[in-house]
Amino acid sequence: MSSPILRLVAQRILLGIVLLFAVSVLIFAGTQILPGDVAQAILGQSATPEALANLREQLGLNDPAWLRYVHWLWGILHGNFGTAQSSGLDIASSISTRLTNTLFLAACAAIVAVPLAIILGLIAVRYRNGFVDKLISGLALASTSFPEFFIGYVLIFVFAVHWQIFPSISTVDDSTPFLERLQAVVLPATALTLVVLAHMMRMTRAAILNVMQSAYIETAELKGLKPFDIIRKHAFPNAIAPVVNVVMLNLAYLIVGVVVVEVIFVYPGMGQYLVDHVAKRDVPVVQAVGLIFAAVYITLNIVADIAAILANPRLRHPK
Amino acid sequence: MSNELDYLSRRVAAGKLSRRDFLGRAAALGVTATFANSLLSSAVRAAGPVKGGTLKAGMVGGASTDSLDPALDASQVPFAFGKVWGETLVELAPGGGVEYLIAEEIGASDDAKTWTMKIRKGVQFHNGKEVTPDDVVATLKRHSDEKSKSGALGVLKGIDTIKADGGNVVVTLKDPNADLPYLMADYHLIIQPNGGVDKPDAGIGTGPYKVAVNKPGVKYGGERFANYWQPDKYGHADQVEIIIINDATARTAALQGGQVNMINRVEPKIVDLVKRLPGVTIRAASGRGFYPFNMFCDTAPFDNNDLRMALKLAMDREEMLSKILRGYGSVGNDMPVNKAYPLFSDDFEQRKFDPEKAAAAYKKSGHSGSILLRTSDVAFPGAVDAAQLYQQSCAKAGIKIEIKREPGDGYWTEVWNKQPFSLSYWGGRPTQDQMYSTAYLSTADWNDTRFKRPDFDKMVLAARGELDEAKRKKIYRDMGEIMRDEGGLIVPFFNQFVDATGKGVEGWVDNPAQELSNGHALIQCWLQA
Repeated sequence: MSSPILRLVAQRILLGIVLLFAVSVLIFAGTQILPGDVAQAILGQSATPEALANLREQLGLNDPAWLRYVHWLWGILHGNFGTAQSSGLDIASSISTRLTNTLFLAACAAIVAVPLAIILGLIAVRYRNGFVDKLISGLALASTSFPEFFIGYVLIFVFAVHWQIFPSISTVDDSTPFLERLQAVVLPATALTLVVLAHMMRMTRAAILNVMQSAYIETAELKGLKPFDIIRKHAFPNAIAPVVNVVMLNLAYLIVGVVVVEVIFVYPGMGQYLVDHVAKRDVPVVQAVGLIFAAVYITLNIVADIAAILANPRLRHPK
Repeated sequence: MSNELDYLSRRVAAGKLSRRDFLGRAAALGVTATFANSLLSSAVRAAGPVKGGTLKAGMVGGASTDSLDPALDASQVPFAFGKVWGETLVELAPGGGVEYLIAEEIGASDDAKTWTMKIRKGVQFHNGKEVTPDDVVATLKRHSDEKSKSGALGVLKGIDTIKADGGNVVVTLKDPNADLPYLMADYHLIIQPNGGVDKPDAGIGTGPYKVAVNKPGVKYGGERFANYWQPDKYGHADQVEIIIINDATARTAALQGGQVNMINRVEPKIVDLVKRLPGVTIRAASGRGFYPFNMFCDTAPFDNNDLRMALKLAMDREEMLSKILRGYGSVGNDMPVNKAYPLFSDDFEQRKFDPEKAAAAYKKSGHSGSILLRTSDVAFPGAVDAAQLYQQSCAKAGIKIEIKREPGDGYWTEVWNKQPFSLSYWGGRPTQDQMYSTAYLSTADWNDTRFKRPDFDKMVLAARGELDEAKRKKIYRDMGEIMRDEGGLIVPFFNQFVDATGKGVEGWVDNPAQELSNGHALIQCWLQA
């Protein structure tokens, strides 16, 4: 390993941190211009003017915005996200349970989806333009084209209502034993897998096919290597960068974008938590969750960039 | 024959004969399945509740932002869980009137201004302490304090002083109010130790279940409270659970798959399908909730009663009821109350869709051009469709309605009670007085039809202070007449609470006050094997 790589990697990480700060400003500014008023949203239709004034005072909504930003950032740097305005619960502890759930579901889906997508992509390349390739692409595209809620309902109907082998409600908590937890997420993880499969599979296929046009692949073919060996040894390593990018995008989606699946399967993840609090204008929670989601995106993108740098032979072996 | 059926139904109740076998034998005896079923459930009820098991409800109406502080309860789940762990002084009885809980009896002075509530002895909080009149006083004070955020602040506004007096709590009012006992049934007013002042969201009350699981927006759980004061009546299951399932399809699937025993808010459009599921019973109770089209009586063009009348006559209530609620409701009569209210006179002439009369009234009003109606899906389920149906029925009378679909976000802050013609929702109130005082007094904050009539205000106050029921009923009848003919609201229908229970759930009582049997389903039902 030589210094240019280390420098590039360090640069990426630093950029990521700067970006995160920029995002924190954006999130804070964004939540300030949301229409409506927290106090009104908490008390709902049945709010009396007196109750509204009392609650506003109590929530400190009368301080200037910059002061609240500084307080907020200072707290977060110390691991303190504050308390939810609506329920009065500590945000950090509420989020940690929810985030664990979300990560668990995302991990379960990813463990199945990523290898499956890549292997299917490799197989599709091997039998490109043939029946197998078309079948794989067709099925994957079809499953992605169905809306998530439709896939979810079909899974519930077949496995939870008709056969009753998996629960339709995936409510889990801290005390749920691991195996039960696994059983609970089978249906939502399957739905998510079906949703993200095609994107990664098609990208793997396209990236490898791109490489397959190169002269060195022809050389390998002329050497008499088996088609799978060519793909595995020569084509895939050179196609890693775009594949990793797509995989990371989908992982990020699995963490931040699954609110529909969470609602259908009653899974206590981050998505539903965020939506509830947006509806109630619970700004501290929205900010905290927004920041965590931003951090997830930025981290995964840094990982993708670094993987691409490391996978690039020209960078690994500078002249 | 009936002897044999009786015998058989008792055998089922005792668990010695299966339900299916019973229905088979009943059919052999020439009895219809419906009758046999009703016979069976009465036998089961007579055999008494079965103790044990876990009763689970899948409910819409909970969010991760909910708190256990009863003062802040504003949606169905905190409301229903409040009934599980806490109790109010009195409760609304299913057939009207009040059921006494923590208050043993309530009596009024002749002028209906001083009320004495005798506090029941021997009722224990979950923390082992006995309920004292001081706890009751502290609770009422917390909710009626001017700085309170309580949803009950509005109904307690008329209270002047609250004092403990021996075993009683004495409340004096600024103005006479014959309805005070009903006000005490407000679901926010759960009696808490020292009024919940120290820790409002501690979840300690006198209900049949102790709070065991508190995960807002996900799940609540209750563990039976061993020292509950009326164990024969409430608290049959060992544990109760509420699982928040906000998605309607997921809720139905959970009931169908047996993961929950009951669900709330079955959507009208799928009721007929749910009804056919094996083991599932639809529990529809007519309620006091209604979906009004509100017109501001003080804003042009709605300040003209002829125009208001034209718009009322142009409403096809029957069609609305069948298309929007699929018949699960009852037609409205342009007043905010119906026969689910005590002291309601059931002899009003029903207003009907009459395009010709509507056209005549419209002509008389002298208005021309289109009228802007604002709607949104959050007003009530199907509100956008309702506006469109109304547009069509108005067109038949030559009245042009322009529909503006408003964003759901902020509908309650920017449109309702702000714009002169919009769709809305009222959950109803336990008494006519409360309904009229909340929204149809000149001074009411929520006068969402801007109905300001000094003579009407006087009638509201006169009825409120009147302890003679016949006289009160007469005043309410006159008020209903005024509302219907001169008020600013068009009421197409009153809704029903449509819930569903799964296999083996017994002990259900229809209650018009709120859904899930006024939130009592979990504490009053039991599981029959």
